[in-house]
Amino acid sequence: MKISRKRALKNYFFYTCLILSSIVVIIPLFMVFFFLLQKGGSSLSLDFFFNNPKPVGEIGGGMKHAILGSFYMVGLGSLIAVPLGLVCGVYLSEFGKGKIASLLRFTIDLLTGVPSIVVGIFAYLIFVVSMKSFSAIAGAFALSIIILPIVTRTTEEILKLIPKHVKEAGLALGLPRWKVIVFIVVKGSRSSLMTGIILAISRAAGETAPLLFTAFGSMYLSYSPDEPMASLPVQIYNYAISPYDDWQKQAWAGAFTLIIIVLGLNLFARFYFVRKDIYRSIKKLFTRQTKD
Amino acid sequence: MKIPYSKQDQYVYTALRFFSLVVVCLLIAIIFQLFMASKLAFDEFGLSFVTDDFWNPVDDEFGALAFIFGTVVTSILALLIAGPVSVFVAIYTNEFLPKKIASVLGLFVELIAAIPSIVFGLWGLYYLAPFVKNFLAPFLKKYLGFLPFFQGSSFGIGILTAAIILAIMIIPTITSVCREVFKSIPNLRKEAALGLGATKYEMVKIAILKPSFSGIMGALVLGLGRALGETMAVAMVIGNNPVISSSLFSAGATMASVMANEYAEADSELHLSALCYVGLLLFVVTFFVNLMARTIVWNNSRKSKR
Repeated sequence: MKISRKRALKNYFFYTCLILSSIVVIIPLFMVFFFLLQKGGSSLSLDFFFNNPKPVGEIGGGMKHAILGSFYMVGLGSLIAVPLGLVCGVYLSEFGKGKIASLLRFTIDLLTGVPSIVVGIFAYLIFVVSMKSFSAIAGAFALSIIILPIVTRTTEEILKLIPKHVKEAGLALGLPRWKVIVFIVVKGSRSSLMTGIILAISRAAGETAPLLFTAFGSMYLSYSPDEPMASLPVQIYNYAISPYDDWQKQAWAGAFTLIIIVLGLNLFARFYFVRKDIYRSIKKLFTRQTKD
Repeated sequence: MKIPYSKQDQYVYTALRFFSLVVVCLLIAIIFQLFMASKLAFDEFGLSFVTDDFWNPVDDEFGALAFIFGTVVTSILALLIAGPVSVFVAIYTNEFLPKKIASVLGLFVELIAAIPSIVFGLWGLYYLAPFVKNFLAPFLKKYLGFLPFFQGSSFGIGILTAAIILAIMIIPTITSVCREVFKSIPNLRKEAALGLGATKYEMVKIAILKPSFSGIMGALVLGLGRALGETMAVAMVIGNNPVISSSLFSAGATMASVMANEYAEADSELHLSALCYVGLLLFVVTFFVNLMARTIVWNNSRKSKR
């Protein structure tokens, strides 16, 4: 049967649209990478990693303080958020019925949608107003609110995948329920849980808005939690909108470093952990099919 | 001393519930704090804050209409650009490409979501803005210059650039939700359409797009929710000038960008409070948008289960 010309044309047009839009989507990604490599790569140097910034006008200096500050605050934030997120995720997946559970689920949904700048304002109102100065602890708190809903969500989703008969087997052995949860359910899905946690952390590492008026940024290396602290994203922002050429170059180098950290964590989580899991689940599926 | 198992479980259960309530209280605290902080501005300006178009920190006069306008225009524009593109990409990866290439394309799209918004802002400021100024704006002016949207001169930074950046940033969200929706359609229907002699285009129209209409809407609303709250990238390329103009080339400001720019430097109480008021408005808007997306997606999944 022959397809009428009009229909065939429409079909071709549709195909072109599909291909074009795929190309359009990919182009910005590659452009961002290309420019980061070109600009950021060329302004990178050892100085950048091992020095603190120099005063305006002097060439050189680096972002050691900002890189360390970012690690410090993200670490502190995940120290608060990851255990709490895991606990909430376990609660939702294992006891996910009743009023409190549905309230929690709703809360987590909402927290995921809260704009990060609003989270920043909240941390400002809680910490900065009461301590009367910008502080690293406020920044860490803001980041923990970003991490918390993501960890909870992924934990819930992952633990739901565990087949019921595994839990029932544990219970049948006479174990108390919490031991089944800790030693069978959670321990068994350690690697996928790690994936979720690392993805959440990589997301938080790139956040600027919640840190703008909580940790604020500084030009010095500091480790005390009650002082302003620099972070990589905020430092990039401050340098990028500055009029100095040298600082703009540093912003590019900073962006390059940031994206290596963030994408590195992201891809690491995806390939290192997920692959094994997929492999295992595929194998499991396969064995189950042959048995039935 | 040994605690009986049932007691142990009771304790653990209570502890879990306690921590859950802590998280719930956190959200309540966020809302409460925002209300308290914006009370001063609310008492001063009332609800007309939303409809007044002036923002003057020097004289302590504040109205947020220009920011609401900026947020709405950039988000809608971003949705108009990103929506069709994302749906096309989702169809292409799900239905047309061989599995291996599809997974590579899918990975690329997900990588876009992983790029921090500050990096997009930097790129937008130094590369996209000049591109818009030198190529896109003259092009649009030449062919569509009779429309009020494309008049005036472009300095690169402005509403159009912000919308393009936003579009790039929300494409992964919309695409991944669309892919999930399309996946839930049984193969039988597609094969039935093809078996009746439909071309691939007609098959997509009949068997994929029509039944998943509400799912696509849900994806778009989710994307909208993300676009509304996006801060840094927009703050860097929009120009931060609270004016309402019909031209897309002019500078603007969004609710999120004004907070990012002025919060740390605000010195009067009223200014801070007005910014918190803007934050509260943004929170309420994203709340309802996300609620809408949730109900749409939820209805959709319930329908497909039936």
